[in-house]
Amino acid sequence: MKRIEATPKTPFKHWMASSYPVWFFLPAGIIFFVFFLFPTIASLFFSLTRWTLFDAVFIGLDNYSQFFKEPFLFQGLRNSLIYGVVTSGLKVVLGMMLGVFLTSQIVARDYLRSVVFFPVLVSTVGVGITFTALMHPTQGFINEALELFGVKGPAWLTNPRFALLSVALVDVWKGVGLATVIYIAGINAIPIEYYEASEIDGANSVQQFWNITLPLARPATFTVIILSLIGGLRSFDLIWSMTRGGPGFTTDVIASVIYKQYQAGFYGLSTAGNVVLIVLVAAIIVPLSAFLNKREVEL
Amino acid sequence: MKKNQMLFKVISILCLLSLLAACGPAATEAPAATDAPAATDAPAATDAPAATEPAEVVTITYYVDDNATNVASAENQIAAFEAANPGIKVELETHPGGGEGDNLVKTRLATGEMGDVFRYNAGSLFQALNPQENMLDLTDEAWQADVIDSFKPTVTAGGRIYGAPEEAAMGGGVLYNKKIYAELGLSVPKSWAEFMANNEKIKQAGKVAVIQTFGDTWTSQLFVLADYYNVQVEVPDFAEKYTANQAKYATTPAALKSFQRQEDIFKGGYLNEDFGSAKFDDGLRMVALGEGAHYPMLTFAIGGIAQNYPDNLANVGFFAMPGDDAAKNGLTVWMPAAVYIYKGATHPEEAKRFVAFLASTGGCDARSAANGATGPYLIKGCELPADVPPAVADLLPYFQIDGATAPALEFLSPIKGPSLEQITVEVGSGIRTAADGAALYDEDVKKQAEQLGLPGW
Repeated sequence: MKRIEATPKTPFKHWMASSYPVWFFLPAGIIFFVFFLFPTIASLFFSLTRWTLFDAVFIGLDNYSQFFKEPFLFQGLRNSLIYGVVTSGLKVVLGMMLGVFLTSQIVARDYLRSVVFFPVLVSTVGVGITFTALMHPTQGFINEALELFGVKGPAWLTNPRFALLSVALVDVWKGVGLATVIYIAGINAIPIEYYEASEIDGANSVQQFWNITLPLARPATFTVIILSLIGGLRSFDLIWSMTRGGPGFTTDVIASVIYKQYQAGFYGLSTAGNVVLIVLVAAIIVPLSAFLNKREVEL
Repeated sequence: MKKNQMLFKVISILCLLSLLAACGPAATEAPAATDAPAATDAPAATDAPAATEPAEVVTITYYVDDNATNVASAENQIAAFEAANPGIKVELETHPGGGEGDNLVKTRLATGEMGDVFRYNAGSLFQALNPQENMLDLTDEAWQADVIDSFKPTVTAGGRIYGAPEEAAMGGGVLYNKKIYAELGLSVPKSWAEFMANNEKIKQAGKVAVIQTFGDTWTSQLFVLADYYNVQVEVPDFAEKYTANQAKYATTPAALKSFQRQEDIFKGGYLNEDFGSAKFDDGLRMVALGEGAHYPMLTFAIGGIAQNYPDNLANVGFFAMPGDDAAKNGLTVWMPAAVYIYKGATHPEEAKRFVAFLASTGGCDARSAANGATGPYLIKGCELPADVPPAVADLLPYFQIDGATAPALEFLSPIKGPSLEQITVEVGSGIRTAADGAALYDEDVKKQAEQLGLPGW
């Protein structure tokens, strides 16, 4: 004990002295360790094994090489990217439009705001099941409505060419409310003086939008892009409840490929897939976020 | 003060470590730990109700898939069992079918959340549940003597038997609408060429020739799986070689043909318009009401038609998946699902009594009463009712001719690739060619074989 007393002030001791009493951290620390850190480390280990939930055989990097040989990995990757970019892009555009609309002086503004936000609050699986019924090729509401106008609607969810985009559109419908709220906050933060000054200079509302609202709402745009891109890349629940990756494999994204491997009992393989997914999402989002943040500072 | 803090720190870290250390072994030992008390408790538990009749009611659980026919017969069976065993109450729990259900069953077994008795596929899917670890050995139960021998291998692992058949044997083939056949003057096809000729005539008459229901993906596999009788006619040792990694779907012409036929059906334009989103129940409706002529399906579906469209049951017939040669027409047979007892069951003795009931004539009679007969039972003494529906009457003769039946591949080989249903959806909707699909399935199977640790892979 004496020796410990005698040691010079290390950063560790400094941290101990300066921080709150240790037991303050303990509850959160234990929860974090048991439920987050430990599983993460354990999954790294299990991704190197072939395991059956009961016993595990260490097989090195075989799972990773198997995962990269997975015939649907590339397609899943492509679909994830398409899905992420499409939903993120549409959310930015529509969210911005709705944000501008809902910050202007219109009747029933608060009511409309809550209407736009409402889908965000509904359970994703519920939305998925509802839209699956609405998009049924012959008995669905959408195609029956189109028929009234003499248009024969496509098989939204079972035609491989439309299926992924159909799901992406539903995702946008569900998620655009959040983007709108972020934009409303961003637009409201723009000082009113800019608009007044531009009005005196004779700017019309289109010019105001392009020269004031759009550039000054950039932080909101970045937030929306980052949030919806992360959401889109790891999206699973909506796709699973609407198409289960089908027809066949055409709407499989990385997360559903992994889920199906897990379902088939290839636990090691799917764990390896999850590790790859984490790395992939980080590899896209970290640089993007750094890039966008840098732009923000320059502004 | 500082000293105390340090001490505290060290102790708390030690606590944390010990917590983790305890965590590791505890988790892995869990099944064993629950086994032991369950096994020793068992005699005591049974003594009590036996000595004093109404002592206290023991509740056991029965976990089945939520297919309407299975739920209906389970409810009937439970009612009959409870009437005969006043001391035992059986609680019915259901899970979705298909891959999702597999997942739930596996997860429950792995986490020790499984109830007492559960119903699950025999054959390759049973093998994937790790029976020795998870199920109670039922080899020495008295009722095993009443189980037809051909069923036993499909629920045997490591030389021990773990299940009892619950349901009739099934045939895989084509349900057809007899009214459409009569109207167009068609006869039951014995070869693939005749079948396609019928399809063409039905299509010419402006009707849907073949019903597909890819909204429930598992229904897409019949062209491949029910064709196995025809595969083994041409390649008798296919199952053996396939298990040993010596025969492949893509490179065995007889096996590749199964995929090819599914592609031909799509290319012929014989399918119902909503084949991509229609579900199993839609398929039953279409074939029963004559909205379509052919529905490739397992014969257990007859029970569903009996329940939902009893007035149209007489209009539905059945024939085996036709092959090349009309003279070698035969049926691919599915063994029914079985009931098993979870190794960590809280009331193993009561569970055993329930399983013994299901494996007796009481069990099959209760099933027949709920859904009517769907095929021959695998329990000795189980009689079919006199008035079986026409589709069942079409099925029975195959079982009476020697060599006219062959078990489906999943009962001859432990490997069944998990993605077959997605692959057959793609082949059956023209997204992927047959050759491509067969090759892809061979890849899929490889993963399964490796996971099972089979020799030669």
